[in-house]
Amino acid sequence: MAHTIPLSWYLAISAALFAMGALGVLIRRNPLIIFMSVELMLNAANLAFVAFARSFGVLTGQIFVFFVMTVSAAEVAVGLALIIIIFRNKHSIDVDLMNSLKG
Amino acid sequence: MGSPGLFSLVPLIVFLPVIGLLVNMAFGGWMSEKAIGWLASAASGLAFVVAALLGFALWTGSGEAVVVRFADWIHIGDLNAAWNFRVDTLSVLMMLVVSGVGTLIHIYAIGYMHEDVRFKNDVARYRRFFVFMNLFIAMMMILVSGDSYLMLFVGWEGVGLCSFLLIGFWYDMDTLGRPSFANSNAARKAFITNRIGDFGFLIAGFTMFWWFKDLSFAGVFTQAGHIASVAPGVILFITLFLLVGVAGKSAQLPLYVWLPDAMAGPTPVSALIHAATMVTAGVYLVARSAPLYTLVPQAQATVALVGGITALFAATIAVGQYDIKKVLAYSTISQLGFMVAAVGMGAFVAGMFHLVTHAFFKALLFLSAGSVILGLERGHHHLAYHGKSEISAEAAPSAAPLAGTPPHDEQGNSSYEEVFDPADMRNMGGLRKQMPVTFWLYLIGALALAGIFPLAGFWSKDEILTDAFHKFPAVYWLLTIAAFLTAFYMGRQVWMVFFGKPRHAAAAQAEESPKVITVPLMILAALAVLGGVLNLPGVHSLTLWLEHTIVGVEAGQFNFLVAGLSTLLALVAIALSWMLYGRQPLAPAEDQKDPLKKLLGPLFTVFERKYWVDEVYWAVFVNRYVDIARFLANVIDGRFWHDWFHEKVIAGTYNWLSRTVLDLRVDQQFIDAIANGLGELTKRASSGLRRLQNGFVRSYALAVLAGVVIILGYLILK
Repeated sequence: MAHTIPLSWYLAISAALFAMGALGVLIRRNPLIIFMSVELMLNAANLAFVAFARSFGVLTGQIFVFFVMTVSAAEVAVGLALIIIIFRNKHSIDVDLMNSLKG
Repeated sequence: MGSPGLFSLVPLIVFLPVIGLLVNMAFGGWMSEKAIGWLASAASGLAFVVAALLGFALWTGSGEAVVVRFADWIHIGDLNAAWNFRVDTLSVLMMLVVSGVGTLIHIYAIGYMHEDVRFKNDVARYRRFFVFMNLFIAMMMILVSGDSYLMLFVGWEGVGLCSFLLIGFWYDMDTLGRPSFANSNAARKAFITNRIGDFGFLIAGFTMFWWFKDLSFAGVFTQAGHIASVAPGVILFITLFLLVGVAGKSAQLPLYVWLPDAMAGPTPVSALIHAATMVTAGVYLVARSAPLYTLVPQAQATVALVGGITALFAATIAVGQYDIKKVLAYSTISQLGFMVAAVGMGAFVAGMFHLVTHAFFKALLFLSAGSVILGLERGHHHLAYHGKSEISAEAAPSAAPLAGTPPHDEQGNSSYEEVFDPADMRNMGGLRKQMPVTFWLYLIGALALAGIFPLAGFWSKDEILTDAFHKFPAVYWLLTIAAFLTAFYMGRQVWMVFFGKPRHAAAAQAEESPKVITVPLMILAALAVLGGVLNLPGVHSLTLWLEHTIVGVEAGQFNFLVAGLSTLLALVAIALSWMLYGRQPLAPAEDQKDPLKKLLGPLFTVFERKYWVDEVYWAVFVNRYVDIARFLANVIDGRFWHDWFHEKVIAGTYNWLSRTVLDLRVDQQFIDAIANGLGELTKRASSGLRRLQNGFVRSYALAVLAGVVIILGYLILK
């Protein structure tokens, strides 16, 4: 295991992915892109889980990744359904137009 | 102790009538009139059987008092009031009289009330009558069987309540059945007058407890001698206040006024409560308190004088009355005066003896009078509903036109319904032909009351007179004159009611009563004839019986002078009454003068108007009381309390306070400021905060991210 890639590299990639995801969520107005960004953030977390699991030699992190994937799949299913309903009502999916709760 | 088991039966004398009344209350609605009446009679009759068993137990045993513990009632500090029954010869004598006479009157009432409720057009009240009657028997039993002054007082108040309920039994009409408050007023008069007497009883009871720390008979009597030597006035005080109670309950001067009005009740009530039993409770109380009274001769003299004066006073009023029941009512007051005088002078046995015989013959007289009244009601009913032809056929042969012959309209209905009084002796006359059984029974009762040898009244009255002759000459003369008048007014009544010619069409049509009414009367008549054997001179059964309970009774000696004089006077009085009322019967005119009125003139008017005692009481007490009440209502309550204090002081102050201080200052300036300030604050805060809710999802997401970054940053850098 001499040439093992250090843990910090994985974490750096994970952090970069997460930052990109977060930035995408904040600046994009297309919900489909926002979902993709959310997937980026989730997978950044997954990468961190797997990296830690590999580094410490325990399976817990690996198992947790499956849960995260399941949850993200469910989330996308619900989210896409919402987007369809919104599109039917507003004929647009621009998130900035969904501001009915404005105070 | 002959048979201790029998004594434990004693609570039944109270609870049998209670069971009877409960059953009638609960199930009477589904029972026939006969069943209701016989059930009530059976309850009373079984109580008599129990009383007889108790008497048997005493007779076979030592005769000493037996106290049967029953229930603890009140136990506070020194006061230990238990409901215990006292079985001794005196209480058993009273139990036997109450339940025995009571049962006969219950049976009589089955027939009497059957007709009475129909004449008064309210059949539903039949059951209520028997419920009240059983309640009365139960309460009277509590009175006579209680082992303390407290239990005696419970019964005392209970019978007062029953008296009230039964006097006002036809509370929505007068004695003639017309809508009126007359009967309920009579009931209230009785109740309120008794209340004055009860107040005296209560004072006596409180004093007794203060000094003796005990209210049971045994406890009071054993300490009485000691207290009398320590504080001589106390016993006198107690006994005189007990006398106030006696005057109320036993209708003595000056509280007798309720008893004549109490005749508003149905006749069985008059017989049971207002002649035979309840009104004798005062006599029983004095006899029961014999150990106290014998300690204070002044109290004894007072009691004897009150009794003697009442006996004479009431007898004179009885002479001038026209209502058949009123005569008997005043006679009852007079005879109660005899008893009170007797127990007052220490002749306890004579008093109790007269109580018993009087219960027999006065119940007989009242019930017979009830039979007469019913007979006239029947005749009147007959007239009112059976047209003119029968009257002219049967009643017309008498030469003079009858006073009450009804004026008929075309339909043949009579219109004199409103004015006929079936209890007025001036409407009677000649009833011995129409109602022979009642006549003979009434005659026996009247002779017994008049004191004719050998009927019961002769022996008991004579014993009282003899005792008075030896102990108290003044009272003896009062009583002798009263006895003379007694024979006179009874003679007057018999001549007026049963002899001569009918003075009213209804009297001519009167009908005899059925057996359910006459058979109890026959039993009572037998008792009125034979009652004297209870205490014949020389045998003294009653004296021997009572000496177990009342210490120091002595057998009265038979005095031929006294007996001869009273019999002679009675015969003279009867002869005199015949001269006035029998020889030349009253004419059938509505406004005819009483023959005695021609003889005595204004004095008779005084008797007839009852010495204006009611009017004087009205003027002196009732009107003054009304004045005070009106003053309190108008001036104190109305003007001072309501108009000034409530309106001006309280309401005015409150209004000023609320308007100027609370409204303007506190509410508008202080509370409103707080409320408005809070509202303004909320409004401003919210108008600032609502800008955060800009509706852009991404800005929310940014806020979440920023929050996470801040929290994580804090956690990392702290």
